[in-house]
Amino acid sequence: MKISYEWLSEYVDLEGVTPEQIAEELTRGGIEVDIVEQRDAGVENVVVGYVMEAKQHPNADKLRVCQVDAGREEPLQIVCGAPNVARGQKVPVALHGAKLPGGVKIKNTKLRGEKSQGMICSAKELGLPEKLLPTEQTEGILVLPEEAEVGSDVRPLLGLTDTVLELDLTPNRSDCLSMWGTAYEVAALLDREIWLPEAPAAHPSGKTKTVAIELDAEEDCPFYAAQVVDNLKLAPSPQWLQNRLVAAGIRPINNVVDVTNYVMLEYGQPLHAFDYDKVTDGEIVVRRAQPGEQVKTLDGVTRACDGETLLITDGTQPIGIAGVMGGENSEVTESTTTVLLESAFFAPPSIRSTARKLGLRSEASNRFEKGVDPERIVPALQRAVQLLQELAGGEPASEVTVEKMGDVEDVTVQLRHDRLNNVLGVQVKPETVRDVFRRLRFEMEERDGVYRVRVPSRRPDISIEVDLIEEVARIYGYDKIPTTLPWGQQSPGALTREQKLRRVVRHTLRDAGFNEVLNYSLTSPDRLKELPPLDKGIRPVRLNMPMSDERKVLRTTLLPQLVESAEYNVHRRQEQLAFFELGRTYITEEKKLTELPQERWELAALVTGPLAAAHWQGNNQPVDFFTVKGQLEMLLTRLGVQGIAYRAAELEGFHPGRTAEVLLNGRVIGCIGQIHLQVSEAHDLEETYAFQVQLAPLFEAAVTDPKYAPIPRYPSTTRDLALVVHQDVPAAELESAIRQAGGKLLVDATLFDVFTGKQVGEGKKSVAYTLTYRAEDRTLTDEEVNEVHGRIVEHVEAAFRAVLRQ
Amino acid sequence: MRDRLEALREEAASSIQAAESLEQLKELRIKYLGKKGELTSILRGMKDVAPEERPVIGGLANEIRSAMEKQLDEKESDLQEAALKARLKEETIDVTLPGKQAPLGTIHPIQAVIEQIEDIFIGMGFEVAEGPEVESDYYNFEALNLPKEHPARDMQDSFYITPEILLRTHTSPVQVRTMEAKEGQVPVKIICPGKVYRRDDDDATHSHQFTQVEGLVVDRGISMSELNGILLSFAEQFFGMELETRLRPSYFPFTEPSVEMDISCVMCGGKGCRVCKQTGWIEILGAGMVHPRVLEHGGYNAERYTGFAFGMGPERMAMLKYGIDDIRHFYTNDLRFLRQFKTL
Repeated sequence: MKISYEWLSEYVDLEGVTPEQIAEELTRGGIEVDIVEQRDAGVENVVVGYVMEAKQHPNADKLRVCQVDAGREEPLQIVCGAPNVARGQKVPVALHGAKLPGGVKIKNTKLRGEKSQGMICSAKELGLPEKLLPTEQTEGILVLPEEAEVGSDVRPLLGLTDTVLELDLTPNRSDCLSMWGTAYEVAALLDREIWLPEAPAAHPSGKTKTVAIELDAEEDCPFYAAQVVDNLKLAPSPQWLQNRLVAAGIRPINNVVDVTNYVMLEYGQPLHAFDYDKVTDGEIVVRRAQPGEQVKTLDGVTRACDGETLLITDGTQPIGIAGVMGGENSEVTESTTTVLLESAFFAPPSIRSTARKLGLRSEASNRFEKGVDPERIVPALQRAVQLLQELAGGEPASEVTVEKMGDVEDVTVQLRHDRLNNVLGVQVKPETVRDVFRRLRFEMEERDGVYRVRVPSRRPDISIEVDLIEEVARIYGYDKIPTTLPWGQQSPGALTREQKLRRVVRHTLRDAGFNEVLNYSLTSPDRLKELPPLDKGIRPVRLNMPMSDERKVLRTTLLPQLVESAEYNVHRRQEQLAFFELGRTYITEEKKLTELPQERWELAALVTGPLAAAHWQGNNQPVDFFTVKGQLEMLLTRLGVQGIAYRAAELEGFHPGRTAEVLLNGRVIGCIGQIHLQVSEAHDLEETYAFQVQLAPLFEAAVTDPKYAPIPRYPSTTRDLALVVHQDVPAAELESAIRQAGGKLLVDATLFDVFTGKQVGEGKKSVAYTLTYRAEDRTLTDEEVNEVHGRIVEHVEAAFRAVLRQ
Repeated sequence: MRDRLEALREEAASSIQAAESLEQLKELRIKYLGKKGELTSILRGMKDVAPEERPVIGGLANEIRSAMEKQLDEKESDLQEAALKARLKEETIDVTLPGKQAPLGTIHPIQAVIEQIEDIFIGMGFEVAEGPEVESDYYNFEALNLPKEHPARDMQDSFYITPEILLRTHTSPVQVRTMEAKEGQVPVKIICPGKVYRRDDDDATHSHQFTQVEGLVVDRGISMSELNGILLSFAEQFFGMELETRLRPSYFPFTEPSVEMDISCVMCGGKGCRVCKQTGWIEILGAGMVHPRVLEHGGYNAERYTGFAFGMGPERMAMLKYGIDDIRHFYTNDLRFLRQFKTL
């Protein structure tokens, strides 16, 4: 809402209060003022001039040489390029030394040999908001009203001495969507006088016209008032009224439409004027639309309605969509002489839903959506009729006709003084409370520490006790609320086990050189297809109305966006890319959600490029599978997770020969591998490795409280074991066989060498382990170790057709 | 014999003195003192010496032996010292050459800020709660006193999935979820960090996805002065300086009274600067006393219990604390940005 300071000062005593002070008070009172704008935008020394003569410039086709009376001793000669300049016009003249918006300065000069003592200005040059002005005021120079006084400053005439306060209203304070509402608020905050003149009902003097109102959808429209005004002469509105509309950001159209808008700004009650001659038999029927019914609105668009759209009809056909936009068939046009003025209450939910469905947001719908004050419906109508009489020659041709269902009930809310103090945590004096209600102009009775407050209908936001507590607090001043700390029962604060473990993961990976990224949960379905999640049968959750294709579905895996993050950085010549993300994926098998999807915490990491920064000692190795696997293993060690196994797997988006599923106690919880070359190359990445694991099963298996085991008291013995086996034998299987055969005495088996080549034979590989033997209760003898070692050799020879290498 | 011994003494002294390496010295030791060494071979002629002279010669021989041993030991020690010195000299490196730094990554600044916020509130007795990001209309709106068609729903245009399910627009749904889970127990003291989503075009100050930290305290006799006190204490700890707070009335459907909290500008200390737009104050969060209807939706008697709630944006907190000027940096994952936060 834009509030004109000058206009406001008609209703509230603003003497000695600057617009900036009002802005400050309003903001402290809970109504944020976004902008305080001087309307003149820096215009100085521009006066009203009278064009005495406009002759063709001798040396330029498009220029005119004008003699202008600007109230100076001598007429001024001004060269003007606007085609519409003509003798007899009143125009704004920027004199020598004048300033215009944007720091433009005007000086006497010569144009193509003719002297020019200033400039005749257009609306734009004066900084007027062009898009709010009628075309005839924006093309060429601005022609001022005839009654403008020659030589006088143009600023008061065009409302440029005014200041506009732009309020950023919260949805509860729709009462301030009007000058009156704002006046009440400002008066309360400043503790000032207020004058709100009301217009009396106007009665027809001659022949009356029929008005018949029928409310067929009383829930959506319980209150409808109308009056007919005839004998209207359509014309532009007077300058002062146009100025006020423009200050409020509303485009002046003609005196009839302008009056409805003016009263809407003044009272907060939107009005609509129907061309009475287009309303069959002066009949108004308010009803819901038939599904599929169509209405052509003022803007020329045909709108399809549904069963919830509220229509204004004349009993035969729709003439408007209630509270949103009038119909083209009943629009006020140049030939209109009689109007039916509507002032009504339309239920907020109905208007809100219709405006949203039709994508039509108007000043009127904005007010109806938030609820208009039923007590202003008739006064607003009377005020509009008064203005039509004054400004458009109108005469009332009917009485004020009202149809309403029930009456507005008084709202009385109780406030307990104790409760007020307890909620605010400060001792407010009773006289302060009384004073606040006096300033707000709320009637109040007080008994035994309880205030019974009659809440005026203009403040529908107040309905329960805490609402009154807020009123008292904001007028009394929040700065008087002290700072204390809670005294009640204290509670220990803590992270949950899962939250702690997420931090462990984060900090461990950070310390291992990974950079944490945060990607969007919304992504495109195509991106997910490139590196799909492991689970089969899940469907990405789809937004109903996405803003773009890029942000259409919720991610079901974290990896694709890590690839994107890497690509982004590669394109910016970054090296040593190691990223991880800890985030949720959204898992469901439902096509259309009937319940919330599972939100699954996952960890994904990706490494590409050299492992370390270039160093003068060299060793700038690129990443490989085993480095990344080692990083994952380090993390698992940090978490104390046991029972992890890796199983070669062919997964979409991954290198078929360099990828494994990660299993925890036999259950797949993630994967690790090289990103498929087709994928990495498509994103300009070199060899890239990644892993992704679900956190819940990991955390379940995590052991964060280690248990002490005694330090071994007897020495261990080691033996190396080198075996030649078929190349396809997985090392993990071999190791597990060795451990099994080794029994309790084998305490460790470390693989220290793998190689293939001619020496070991085609299709074979050599693997070598260091086996460590130890007993808890004695030093093992050579014979004992030899026996176990021999058993292991026999076992692997049999199980894998392994051959011992000497 | 005496002469031979004297000659040996002299010869040995000079050759030991001239020795250049430990090997040489070892050879000399064998040559003069070894079992087949020269001293021994001279002493073999003792049988030809007159018996009365034998003790004298013997004494002389012993004297020469110990002198030689001493010379050898001294020389050995000298040579060892020299060798060590030479080795150390040879091993000298340019200690100003760059070291091989172990790779160090980063925690995302938003996450780091969330951890800081969590830790401060944990210190004040808060638990950390969590809730779903895909939320029901009920918890996101209705239970928070925002029935369908409530005009305040405009404030947060939402991403709906079905008419009843949406991406949460704030972390506030966790308020009612937590109260339900607490089943009427007090005190309720939680914060809830998490991601939230709104239909905004991404620009320098807007992001369709961002994070929030919600806070909720419910107990008997909780008042606005405690809200003020807890949040002041938080802000001072977070920014690491003494601050002032200012409450301004505001509107949230789920709190009443509702306020926005400003703190004295952390950049200029309240004198007025570009960051605070010359006002000396910066807004850091929205808060208020929990609306009675919200308490009741959570199963708490609004007559008996009161509470306060607040919500802040880690993005904004990080921007203020670290002077970041564009919210999009947080979601671009540019290493040149992330690496600036290695110390967090």
